[in-house]
Amino acid sequence: MSIAALRPTPLFDRHLAADARLVPFAGWEMPVQYAGVREEHLAVRQRAGVFDVSHMGELETRGPGAEAFLQRMLSNDASKIPVGGAQYSVLCREDGGVLDDLFTYRLGEDRFLTVTNAANHAQDLAWLRAHAERFEVELVDRLDELAMLAVQGPAARALLAPLLGAGEQLPGRFRTAELTVAGVPALVCGTGYTGEDGVELLCAPGEAPAVWDALVAAGVTPAGLAARDTLRLEACLHLYGNDLMESRGPIEAGLGWCCKEQTGFIGAEAIAATRAAGPREQLVPFAFAGPGIPRQGNPVIGGGEVTSGTLSPCLGVGVGMAYLPAERAAVGTEIEIDVRGTHRPAIVVEKPIYRPEGS
Amino acid sequence: MSADERYPSDLLYHPEHDWVRLDPDDPSLATFGITWYAQDSLGEIVFWDGPAVGAQVTKDGSYAELESVKAVSDVIAPLSGEVVEVNAALADDPATVNASPYGEGWLVRVRIADPGEREALLDATAYEELTG
Repeated sequence: MSIAALRPTPLFDRHLAADARLVPFAGWEMPVQYAGVREEHLAVRQRAGVFDVSHMGELETRGPGAEAFLQRMLSNDASKIPVGGAQYSVLCREDGGVLDDLFTYRLGEDRFLTVTNAANHAQDLAWLRAHAERFEVELVDRLDELAMLAVQGPAARALLAPLLGAGEQLPGRFRTAELTVAGVPALVCGTGYTGEDGVELLCAPGEAPAVWDALVAAGVTPAGLAARDTLRLEACLHLYGNDLMESRGPIEAGLGWCCKEQTGFIGAEAIAATRAAGPREQLVPFAFAGPGIPRQGNPVIGGGEVTSGTLSPCLGVGVGMAYLPAERAAVGTEIEIDVRGTHRPAIVVEKPIYRPEGS
Repeated sequence: MSADERYPSDLLYHPEHDWVRLDPDDPSLATFGITWYAQDSLGEIVFWDGPAVGAQVTKDGSYAELESVKAVSDVIAPLSGEVVEVNAALADDPATVNASPYGEGWLVRVRIADPGEREALLDATAYEELTG
């Protein structure tokens, strides 16, 4: 097997200059940390951080059949996305297994932009194309045309606002707007993956460094994939490949809220059956009662497994998410996790594990 | 940081990024720790799971774990012997290993079983070449 060359993002030079630690991730060479995970994590919780997430994939669905097509493919009700709106959904197999989790932005009546996970992008595109024949729709891979930056934190909007063009305003939560950021045309979306307020920006790769530089000059802290992971886990946001996979469905994952079976999407029948019968296992957040750090793959004593785990920088204890047998998944249930041979007591907690101040 | 600060010349090194300091008054007593390179690779250390006093450690075998937010790292014993002291300060502040890998961030003291084992260890120059 040959090893393909890693792909640098348009901000590679900026990461080198900032002394980032770069790691391979889904075929890309990505910054995992700059100053340190904890420092970056807290910067996002207390002020604002900027993440290079240019590895994320984008695909555009356009044409008179675009809404009907996405209604068939995505679990949520695509007809409910207003122009300038955003919606979360999962992409499922016939048996309900999760192929990806996605945000879809409606750019126009017949134009949608869907953001994919880097590792799933090619497979998602192939799956969508394989089902597109009956629809009057064109699918465009825009991965190479778009860089993506996430600006997150309680001060993100205030620090970003002065960089906008005259008279422009940032979109609200789950809304999008085509704006000018530091002189660069960008699609700005009121979405994120940290549990904090903030936006995600999509722009031409060649112009991403100008946006990055302006954000850093405005006082936004560069933050890497490691902090992105600890932030999303404290917020109980799913990571595909950890908490979501083809072998489990969205009901088990606690994502029944974004599945609208009456829309007839692929997988709806299987998901409706699981919803009606009740899932046999459920993904739940937990926190350690004592020392130790849970990790992906740690077994839960008596059944179940950890899919994500870390030391919570905000709480100072080991936290994570685990699939547990449904009868032991209630908040407050005491469990034990086998961390490389040591049984560590934990308790099932409410979502999110950490709730940002003021929310 | 100078090369001697990164890899002090009075220590012996194991290729798995551990160091040994032999007690000048009692060469059968050794202090173990991880190198500057090891702590830098791991990032901020947030959890230390060390052995108990009295535990036997075996050269090239794992005797403890250090964890950063993102990763778990086995700590490899550079020599065999019995643990006679564990750095108690690490339970409260494991990041001491980052701040002072050769000083306050030492991990354990061990009564060495076989003085001959040290022949397989590296000096600072050889270890530094290994880390490239």
